[in-house]
Amino acid sequence: MIRKPLVLASCALAAAFMLAGCGKGAPQAGAAVVVRIGQVSPLTGPQAHLGKDNDNGARLAIEELNAKGVTIGGAKVKFELVSEDDQADPKTGTIVAQKLVDARVAGVIGHLNSGTTIPASRIYHDAGIPQISPSATNPKYTHQGYQGAFRVMANDVQQGKVLGEYAVAKLGAKKIAIIDDRTAYGQGLADEFEKAAKATGAAIVAREYTTDRATDFRSILTNVKAKQPDLLFYGGMDAQAGPMVAQMKTLAVKARFLAGDGTQSLEFIKLAGAAADGVVASSPGVPLDKMPGGRGFTERFTAKYGQIQIYAPYAYDAVMTLVNAMQKANSAQPAKYLPELAKISYQGVTGPIAFDEKGDLRSGPITLYVVKGGKWDTLETVGGGAAAQK
Amino acid sequence: MFLADRRQKLRRDPRLVWAATIALGVLLVALPFVTDWAAGRAWVRIAAFALLYVMLALGLNIVVGYAGLLDLGYVAFFAVGAYFYALLASPHFDLHLPFWLLLPAGAAVTCVFGVLLGAPTLRLRGDYLAIVTLGFGEIIRIFLLNLNAPVNITNGPQGVNLIDPIRLGDLSLAQTHTVLGFTVPAVYNYYYLFLALVLGVIFVSVRLEDSRIGRAWAAIREDEVAAAAMGINTRDVKLLAFAMGASFGGVSGGLFAGFQGFVSPESFTIIESIMILCMVVLGGMGHIPGVILGAVLLVVLPEALRYLGPLQQALFGRVLADPADLRLLVFGLALILVMLLRPSGLWPSALRRRELAAGGGAAADGRA
Amino acid sequence: MDIFLQQLVNGIVLGSIYALVALGYTMVYGILGLINFAHGEVVMIGAMVALTVIQLLIGSGIALPGPLIAALGLLIAMPVCMALGYVIERVAYRPLRAAPRLAALITAIGVSILLQNLAMIVWGRQYHAFPALLPAAPHTFAGATVDDLQIFIVLLAAAIMAGLLALVHRTRLGRAMRATSQNPAVAGLMGVNVNTVISITFVIGSALAAVAGIMVAAYYGIAHYFMGFTLGLKAFTAAVLGGIGNLAGAMLGGLLLGVIESLGAGYIGPLTGGFLGSHYQDVFAFVVLILVLVFRPSGLLGERVAERS
Repeated sequence: MIRKPLVLASCALAAAFMLAGCGKGAPQAGAAVVVRIGQVSPLTGPQAHLGKDNDNGARLAIEELNAKGVTIGGAKVKFELVSEDDQADPKTGTIVAQKLVDARVAGVIGHLNSGTTIPASRIYHDAGIPQISPSATNPKYTHQGYQGAFRVMANDVQQGKVLGEYAVAKLGAKKIAIIDDRTAYGQGLADEFEKAAKATGAAIVAREYTTDRATDFRSILTNVKAKQPDLLFYGGMDAQAGPMVAQMKTLAVKARFLAGDGTQSLEFIKLAGAAADGVVASSPGVPLDKMPGGRGFTERFTAKYGQIQIYAPYAYDAVMTLVNAMQKANSAQPAKYLPELAKISYQGVTGPIAFDEKGDLRSGPITLYVVKGGKWDTLETVGGGAAAQK
Repeated sequence: MFLADRRQKLRRDPRLVWAATIALGVLLVALPFVTDWAAGRAWVRIAAFALLYVMLALGLNIVVGYAGLLDLGYVAFFAVGAYFYALLASPHFDLHLPFWLLLPAGAAVTCVFGVLLGAPTLRLRGDYLAIVTLGFGEIIRIFLLNLNAPVNITNGPQGVNLIDPIRLGDLSLAQTHTVLGFTVPAVYNYYYLFLALVLGVIFVSVRLEDSRIGRAWAAIREDEVAAAAMGINTRDVKLLAFAMGASFGGVSGGLFAGFQGFVSPESFTIIESIMILCMVVLGGMGHIPGVILGAVLLVVLPEALRYLGPLQQALFGRVLADPADLRLLVFGLALILVMLLRPSGLWPSALRRRELAAGGGAAADGRA
Repeated sequence: MDIFLQQLVNGIVLGSIYALVALGYTMVYGILGLINFAHGEVVMIGAMVALTVIQLLIGSGIALPGPLIAALGLLIAMPVCMALGYVIERVAYRPLRAAPRLAALITAIGVSILLQNLAMIVWGRQYHAFPALLPAAPHTFAGATVDDLQIFIVLLAAAIMAGLLALVHRTRLGRAMRATSQNPAVAGLMGVNVNTVISITFVIGSALAAVAGIMVAAYYGIAHYFMGFTLGLKAFTAAVLGGIGNLAGAMLGGLLLGVIESLGAGYIGPLTGGFLGSHYQDVFAFVVLILVLVFRPSGLLGERVAERS
């Protein structure tokens, strides 16, 4: 029994400091120059599968770059991924951001959630470190006036607009029901979709809501069914969309299901089972297997880390874009390669990558897919292709 | 016997007490500089958050520790305080009120919420109270999440961004300043502000504990029926506990909003409430130094556990298990171990330790 | 109005799911007064273990009927959960029986975190599709659809409640349980082996958790290492709503919670003229809960725990 609380407290704090000291080693001196790149996403908690996916995508990129051997500024460079868990919690996100700044990373891929990306971006901005988010879609992230904040994922405005117009023009929907999961992503996408669909002439007959932890959608689906829509749009992720579509089937809700990139995954098909057929979903960029190196990416990733969840290709592209900018600037110093990053034009596995003056991805193509026979088939690609760039 | 006497004498010696206080004061003032140099600036940020959580834990301590009311929705007050500040000091409504106005106003508003939340719970005991407070915590969070239509009050899941940093007159805490030859970056500024407020909160807590109200709280905690029989107005006393506890949460929330510059409903989940409760109980319910220790430990521990990677490298020469996988696992284990080894908390009040030793622990708390 | 029946059906089935989890929860709750935060995680472990067994069976290619595979999954998951429950009680809760009640609560939280992260390491972070093994033929009546699986879940919850009530009120063990929950010290004096009774209660509760886990996973077709958290909270809510330690109360509380959520999601919009909508369904549920508790401070059916004045 430890009887002296003060002693215990001091020991605990001392231990914490010692552990902290462990991590603060100087970079290895060696023939190669080490360039650290940070990666932040939730590695524990309910979104850990997406966070780990980002981590794996970034890791694959780093491994490939190291295997290839990259030279920057005349010296051979070895990249090191500093990956941290932000638990999808904004407070933890800022602590981790400061950690990465302390570790003197040259750039950051992250974070996954808009709620953590936004407060963290201030810290990266103050330290002058460029940040590319592979998945944050809240428009505010790039509207803060930070020169170093970028994203390689089309934001909700672009995707929602395409989806809204497609629903009415191509899928012929006249009465549309909308469900969103009350996250920054889902709500943002659904609101943009609603605007675009209304503008193209459809009527929104129902607007229902759920959460990103729910599994039972029968009540809101019953509401939706009563309004008899032609199309049901869902703003949210595959983990909810899957059961939702299955429940639609049992409740005999006869509407076409349309969703965004959060649903366009292999996991969705697994979770929805037989009910997945006929579902349409969009994803920013061009189909992976149409991009040069895209199919190779899928094979290499799946061999090493298993099935792609959703954002791994974007994380991969983010790393490659960062390094590409470093190579163009011939320096891994943020101050030097940031201007190159701002005006970069890079062919990633997700599509052409170029940023506008705010740091958003320039209106890239958005592809629509449909589930046929248990697989995603490409329907069509809408919007600026490679030729439309610059 | 002799040693115990010596210890007693040392504790009472005013010169030693003064020396210890001054030493502690110097340590706390020098902490950001020392930590930054030793472990990196992230740890100064962690220290600042630890102070915020100390405030929260002391607030919950009033409700759970002093008054014995099990509150599982305390984070609601944190949320109200944070959003109050955020909505009145950001581009959202284009209001930029100063913090010296907003913080007390926020505390007052949160006080009112505390009374509102406490009012329906007066007849409830134990776990029924817990569920209702949990429900309130969720209700507040859901309203914050959804009050963006038809009128946009809270901006919904997108959160409120670009919140004004805290300004003391012309001095913005979000900028680096030079004081007496020392460079004081933004994080340090906030750390000192939080430290000052924590000292205030500690002072209030100490005075509350030793006041008529504090004794009334202790009475209803131990035996509500007897307390009522002794003439204590249990309704008012309970509401006061909620109100005071809430106000600490409100102040902490306002500071958090100014510090982080961004608030969203994701920061105010049930898990937060549960963590704050853990801090209070783990540290030593009702005992101020214990609660402070609990708060600091539960903030520092998950961050310290990030070094499981380098630790494994140092011990085994390579990483055996992914540190991201292990971090929270070890944290859960630590919670279990601490409670098994020190069931009345790491640093309980002398009263509780005696209670536990006498085996009367189970009856004397919580069930009231 | 024609969707009312369907919403009611939705609510009853959802409520039965909550009841399944709440029944196991309230057993432990009644006897120890412990908010067992780890119960939700035991449910999750039951689902995950069953999933692994089922995946193995399906992968092995042996042609077996769906329900049999599910039963085999349950057969393996149950002992695992029972053993887990026993270990948790012995290691984490028994030493704290004399300690302040909140200490056991914190330990329970620690166990919950431990189990979640253990499951994350063992089964990975991704969502797993739980195969559709149980018959789910739909039946329509008066405009509402119900399928076989839903009917089964409702009946199962009722059967388990009946079984537990019989156990607690008609057997010697049950008498020992009731005695222990009323006053452990005196029960010990009367010859009841309090430790054994408590262990058995935990084991039974954990066995029920395994059943609940499989049913939840089979019904929604999904299993994930974080699924226990929300389920545990709902079970806690249902158990308190019905009256702590009260088995019939847990069932009633669960059903009521499910119905309130469903009807809330369905009707808040129309009732408030579009001002509020289904995003407030949890608020609605909690408001009703609070109202119930204001008028019945010991839950709907009253509590069944020791009277401490």
